[in-house]
Amino acid sequence: MEGLAGYLIPFVTFAGIYAVLSLGLNMQWGLTGLFNIGIVAFAGAGAYTSALLTRNPSDIFLLGLGLPFPVGLLGAMLVAAILALFVGWITIRLRADYLAIATIGIGEIVRLVLKNEGWLTNGVRGLDRIDRPIIPRGDYGSNLVYMIVVLLLVLAVYLLFERARRSPWGRVLRAVRDNELTAMAAGKNVVSYRLQAFVLGAAVMGLAGALWGHFVGFISPEAFMPMQITFLTWVMLIAGGSGNNKGAILGAVVIWTIWSSSQILTGYLPNELATQAGAIRMLLVGVMLILVLLYRSEGLLSEGHQREQDIRRQRESGG
Amino acid sequence: MAEILQLLIFGVVLGSILALGAVGLSLVYGILRFAHFAHGDLMTLGAYFALTLIVSLQLPFFLALPVSAAATILVALLADKLVYRPLRRTQPVILLIASVGIALILRSAIQLIWGSRVHTYGQGIQMPYRIADITIKPDHILIVVGSIALITAMHFFLKNTKIGKAMRAMSDNRDLAQVTGIDTDRIILWTWGIGILLASCGGMFLALDTQLHPVIGWRLLLPIFAAAILGGIGRPYGAIAGGLVIGLAQELSTLAISPAYKPAVAFALMVVVLIVRPKGIFAGRSI
Repeated sequence: MEGLAGYLIPFVTFAGIYAVLSLGLNMQWGLTGLFNIGIVAFAGAGAYTSALLTRNPSDIFLLGLGLPFPVGLLGAMLVAAILALFVGWITIRLRADYLAIATIGIGEIVRLVLKNEGWLTNGVRGLDRIDRPIIPRGDYGSNLVYMIVVLLLVLAVYLLFERARRSPWGRVLRAVRDNELTAMAAGKNVVSYRLQAFVLGAAVMGLAGALWGHFVGFISPEAFMPMQITFLTWVMLIAGGSGNNKGAILGAVVIWTIWSSSQILTGYLPNELATQAGAIRMLLVGVMLILVLLYRSEGLLSEGHQREQDIRRQRESGG
Repeated sequence: MAEILQLLIFGVVLGSILALGAVGLSLVYGILRFAHFAHGDLMTLGAYFALTLIVSLQLPFFLALPVSAAATILVALLADKLVYRPLRRTQPVILLIASVGIALILRSAIQLIWGSRVHTYGQGIQMPYRIADITIKPDHILIVVGSIALITAMHFFLKNTKIGKAMRAMSDNRDLAQVTGIDTDRIILWTWGIGILLASCGGMFLALDTQLHPVIGWRLLLPIFAAAILGGIGRPYGAIAGGLVIGLAQELSTLAISPAYKPAVAFALMVVVLIVRPKGIFAGRSI
């Protein structure tokens, strides 16, 4: 029992963190059609911000304010949002591909800053001893309590985003995605709506990064495997059903299960291949992404299906 | 003064490599109408093919170059047949995501086949030419001359051959080109051929100049996109100038800021261009 829980709790926690990332991407891509392949930049900025705000003071690097956990999370969201505001303000009025390229750029720059500005981030050595709320790491029940915190936050983000999706605001986002000109003709400020969705999605990605940092306890520029975080999130959202918040969560759970079991499988590899396990698993992510695009591009829970349900529910409640 | 001249030389070398990548990227964008994110990783693949030919089969560089380029083109055509072609009728951004998937597959495959350690072509130590305080490696001359030759060849191909003219027509207006009886599928194959020929040679030149590891191409993606955007994306001639501007800017920036931030220079330039002239500094006619 101990052993099973010892495996299951971190598994669910990570799945939850990825669900938050996937929900953030759904706000940007799924609802609004904004392409972001710099997810790791927003998550990384969030993780570092929260770590620096909550960690005990250190004489090696500047911050370490010892503030409470919720302040760290809010700070993470704020910094990720400001970063998104900066990128978005420049590129969001342009074509989708320019935004995509700009998000690679911001990913690269965040990585360079984290690596080279040792006075702030401790450089490549990273930040350690980032603690958890309520029960400190290592104490009995710490993992379980943290998992519950993560799951509650997944629920909170889901409820908020679901409400946003059904609101008139969410309807405008879909209009902007599907037909920019019509939205404009209806008097909507397309650029402003896009920017709002981009910033909101990025803030949630910052939150996910912070949750990751507090869970693992150690972050460094290299620990934030940019390929893994960014592309796993993409596969999760597309496989789950882009445009559908439930799909985003389902995709995160399904793909995280496949990803984790691939780790078990690569454990059986002969020694000479074992060092290549990471590459084999990334190959798998690429293949999954392509297969989903080719054969099931609407995902497991499609947006259309969700819309039908919404309409049916409206009819029933309206009589 | 000597330092600036030396940086200018490095800048032209890097700029030639970036131009080779950016021209291909711009061609693919102009004709297939999507941002091809696997371009950098195809550059890496070309460089690794050459590594095998040079190190294992002891082939000289100038023989390894065309063979590896051909092999890389075949890989690109295979990706087109299996992935891009079935998705051609969907939105361009779906093709973009697919190309990200291809990039991921290529990079992991490279890591699986050749390992993640650093490689060089290891052709012994070259005696650099010294003029006053400036040093020039023979490789640098090879890279710049090779790039000029390749781009000139592309220029004559686009201007004078029937296929080149059809490519330009398709870049201007795909439907109109189809109506006039241009076989668009065949033009797409040629576009991959030329784009990836230039890109894979760029990758091999980069490996010749520096070292080879699985992420060089991905790291190059940002500067080559910046170069293509600077030149006005979809316009190969603009991309040549864009490549040189980015290459020179990256090298000269080391006079003022830490070399660690070289990649950020490309991004900063791109951002400035996007704000000031979103259609590129050489906006005007297309290819």
